[in-house]
Amino acid sequence: MVLDKKIGIYICSGCGIGNCLDVTKLSQAASTENTLICKIHKALCSPEGFEIIKKDIEKEQLSGICVAACSPREKTELFNFRDHIQVERINIRELAAWIGEPGEENTQVAAEDYLRMGITKLKTTSIPEPYIEDEICNDILVVGGGVSGVTAAIEGAKAGYTICLIEKENDLGGWANKLYKQIPFKAPYDQLKEPLVTELIAEAENNKFIRIYKSTAILQIDGHPGRFEIAIKHVKTEKIVVGAIVAAMGWKPYNAKALSQLGYGTSDKVLTNLEFETLIKGNPKQRLPGTILFIQCAGSRDKDHLPYCSSYCCGTSLKQTKYIRESNPDSSVYIVYKDIRTPGMYEEFYKEVQRDDRVFFTKGDVEKVETQSEKLKVIIKNTLLGDDISIMADMIILATGMTPATTADLNLSYRLGKGLPELKYEFSDSHFICFPYETRRTGIYAAGALRAPMDISACIEDAGGAMLKAIQCIEATKRGEAVHPRAGDKSYPVLFMDRCTDCKRCTEECPFGMYDETEKGTPLPNPARCRRCGICMGSCPERVISFADFSINSVSAMIKSVSMPDEFEEKLRVLAFVCENDAYPALEMAARKGLKWSPFIRIIPVRCIGSINKVWISDALSCGYDGILQIGCKPGDDYQCHYIQGSELTQKRGENLQETLQTMMLEPERIKTVFVEITDYHKIPVIFEEYMNEIEAIGPNPFKSM
Amino acid sequence: MTVRNKKPILVIGGGISGITAAVEIAEVGHEVILIEKEAYLGGHVVKMNNYFPKLCPPACGLEINFQRIRQNTRIEVMVSTELVALSGERGDFKASLRTTPLYVKNTCTACRKCVDVCPEVRPDDFNYGFGSTKAIYLPHDMAFPMKYSIDDRYCKKESCNKCVEICEYEAIDLFAKEEMKEVEVSAVILATGWENYNAGLLDKLHYNEFKNVVTNVEFERLLAPGGPGKGSLLRPSDQKEPKDIVFVQCAGSRDENHLPYCSAVCCPASLKHALTCQERYPGSKIRIFYIDLRVTGRNEDFLKRVEENKNIELVKGKVASIEEIPDSKNLRIEAENTMKSKKIRVETELVVLATGIVPNQPAIEMKTNQYNFMSGEQKSGVYAIACGKKPMDVSSSVKDATAAALKTIQTIR
Repeated sequence: MVLDKKIGIYICSGCGIGNCLDVTKLSQAASTENTLICKIHKALCSPEGFEIIKKDIEKEQLSGICVAACSPREKTELFNFRDHIQVERINIRELAAWIGEPGEENTQVAAEDYLRMGITKLKTTSIPEPYIEDEICNDILVVGGGVSGVTAAIEGAKAGYTICLIEKENDLGGWANKLYKQIPFKAPYDQLKEPLVTELIAEAENNKFIRIYKSTAILQIDGHPGRFEIAIKHVKTEKIVVGAIVAAMGWKPYNAKALSQLGYGTSDKVLTNLEFETLIKGNPKQRLPGTILFIQCAGSRDKDHLPYCSSYCCGTSLKQTKYIRESNPDSSVYIVYKDIRTPGMYEEFYKEVQRDDRVFFTKGDVEKVETQSEKLKVIIKNTLLGDDISIMADMIILATGMTPATTADLNLSYRLGKGLPELKYEFSDSHFICFPYETRRTGIYAAGALRAPMDISACIEDAGGAMLKAIQCIEATKRGEAVHPRAGDKSYPVLFMDRCTDCKRCTEECPFGMYDETEKGTPLPNPARCRRCGICMGSCPERVISFADFSINSVSAMIKSVSMPDEFEEKLRVLAFVCENDAYPALEMAARKGLKWSPFIRIIPVRCIGSINKVWISDALSCGYDGILQIGCKPGDDYQCHYIQGSELTQKRGENLQETLQTMMLEPERIKTVFVEITDYHKIPVIFEEYMNEIEAIGPNPFKSM
Repeated sequence: MTVRNKKPILVIGGGISGITAAVEIAEVGHEVILIEKEAYLGGHVVKMNNYFPKLCPPACGLEINFQRIRQNTRIEVMVSTELVALSGERGDFKASLRTTPLYVKNTCTACRKCVDVCPEVRPDDFNYGFGSTKAIYLPHDMAFPMKYSIDDRYCKKESCNKCVEICEYEAIDLFAKEEMKEVEVSAVILATGWENYNAGLLDKLHYNEFKNVVTNVEFERLLAPGGPGKGSLLRPSDQKEPKDIVFVQCAGSRDENHLPYCSAVCCPASLKHALTCQERYPGSKIRIFYIDLRVTGRNEDFLKRVEENKNIELVKGKVASIEEIPDSKNLRIEAENTMKSKKIRVETELVVLATGIVPNQPAIEMKTNQYNFMSGEQKSGVYAIACGKKPMDVSSSVKDATAAALKTIQTIR
């Protein structure tokens, strides 16, 4: 604990705080905490109020201030003194004044406790000094020379970064380069376009800021954002250094051999959409047979094959229909579909194809394909007319879907595996609604069909975003700051290795692969990979890991700074660890709505409930808290945890905690974990009330009297 | 890399796309000015009850973004502000910005005392006119910035003055004037977003006449915790919970007389609504009339969940007309079931029209297609993004915004 901090305490009486709490008494409580100044003002956020603080800081040369007023989510910019002075916002508005009864003693005690906790936090933490890596490299590696990779490379080079573009094949362009024509993605939508990839390849090859390595494989990727060391094998083995990586390894077609019921493999007149594309590209003028039938969703939207929709196949079949109709005016085309999926402006192209009266669209499910002499008989069920129908065709084209390339080819030398973590169906992805580029491997951003099935135009759009994230990561690393979601955070985990027992919990539990480890299991941190969630801090049984502004000792001290009623007072104390991402704003919203909760609850916001260390629980129980609540974001498939696995890990660790309770001879109810959504503010008082009732039922913590 | 040109980047529109573009640029290390015509950020998504396919609240992602803005000194947010003119070229634009009178200053603490004394009432436009607020109001529960607004169409100004008198923070200035500001910027992102198609133009669906015919965006508010029902779904005519709901897909979309294109989001949005209703009111009857169910990629799983729910019926067919039953205010729907090639008639308690996306137009001249969607690159340094460019969902908008962020930082070299 730093004892020589000059601390000023500022208590606001505005927004009803003064009506509910005795702020003079509150300031007396502060004065016992060895602080330099304690002042009360009716509105600290007003120009006059703020001026008082500013003047004191200069005059008294304060090193830290506590602003006991509203939530830190309010007036954040105003009370942010950056790296100049340490600020602790103590929320006596939403956590005491607004949720308690005016003039009531227990509410006053709660506010005093929050004040003491805040002062304790200020005394036991410090302004983080950023971790700046040596020798940060500005270059960016793009893996994969398909349309996504080439686009990413061009866009990154245009922003002034040197790009190393690696392609395992002999040529750039990937699948896009194998196309004869491309669907128009600009108005008018009636004419097929030359594949755009040709221009992109030429642009990349002529850009002196793009170093292209063809026929090249990655042997190993080592390091961290700002400095990844890549071993590549071209003609010989070579080492390159980059600051960030865009993974654009693309996709592979679904294996049509699994579609024998559709005639693939038994008849050479059954082709996949890619095989047909190659056929046409080889000889665009060839005369195609008279009746050609497309089977949409061949092996897609099908639980036995690919359960998802590959997004590109409807458009591709419409395009290939155009090839057929243009090559042979007497031809007929049948398209058997489940739904025609041409979202947005592709509808225009769909309509263009529909105008051709020799193109027939049939909704239905193809049951099987039989060979009858020279023809193919297609039997279709669940049609619009209700009856099964059969169509005789000369050729069948299977609209097969896409599966992602394997990211293990990145050969990451990470403890958590060679590839990128997968979310579902092998696509590498993390939060796919709000933050589509976020990844669990900081500094490595997936682009294009590696992340989700998408067509060429979507890949081009996708590539720029992934490149931006790569650039951003390098720039943030230079400043020693975290990237999303704690963007700008300069704190990072510091390990006190003397106590480390090589138990590997931190290296296993960090969702972001921050830690590598020695053969013995000793953690080797890579702070530039860290997302600052604190999950490793929560995992460590030896209390080895802490942040400058969020530490084991600090939270323990905060827990102990709360007043503890003795066993005869019949006043409970419940400690609630609240995730600051969703649960804390929900709490605030409840307070804003005028909802009330028990003044016996003390709230400590945490970065993620995964950061809660067991020692805080045992400390709280030993000093007499009657119960402990952990309120976090939803785990599971549709997780809302901002650190992906924090809530899930908390659930798993729950079993361990129960052992702790058993050894302390305490009831299992003394610890409870609840998950909420940010909009669940109306549930907050209910959660608290139910828990208070549960604790009341089991009675006070026996450690209180010890 | 040396930064020679330090002019900020201007982002027009504070919906999810504009917010994303602004924070992504600022986190690279450049200055950004983010302007929004409403008094709060969040655009359409802040009004949504939940997102597909996770059925999670948009406020969760928005809160992260707001936190990113709060922590980042490189972003200047200007609400109630619009772009009125733009001149110049890549790296060197001049933009004229107009801010409508800010009657409530930043010293507002959102303490709510003003609301208690305000005598005037206005329709709650955040809730599409379902319900009302005082003339001084907090736009919504999680408004960012968290401060009150005054609707000057309803406020009686200094003749009333009650809010000014009660405010302890001198935050209200009823004499505030419109302000103009010129800014020099190096690039511009137009994230001006969309409005849903005017359902009143769909003659046979009688949106304007029948109270229990609502649009998909209105339905978001009917479901939302901060909506008129405070989280209970109440139909407009009698404030009762409907047990039978019909969704009309492509209401005015894929239709030569209205919007010929597909808006890409209405199918998954209606599936989301159907599942949300089933979660809240298990056993209620839901029918979705559609032409094609367009839920691409991994959202197929989401469609599976709907298909497996026996209370949700997917009917391939186009709704031809809606009639109101006078006493019950229930609705009779006539549709064509193309799967069985016959007309079907159903009665329901609430109809939700899945109306499409119409792009908003900024005040400056733009290159557009025949449906008023803007070209992505308007000129070097000016980029239209997301739903102003083509219909897309939130995730695609976020991707597009991030890609556009890169385009703009290329202008700062």
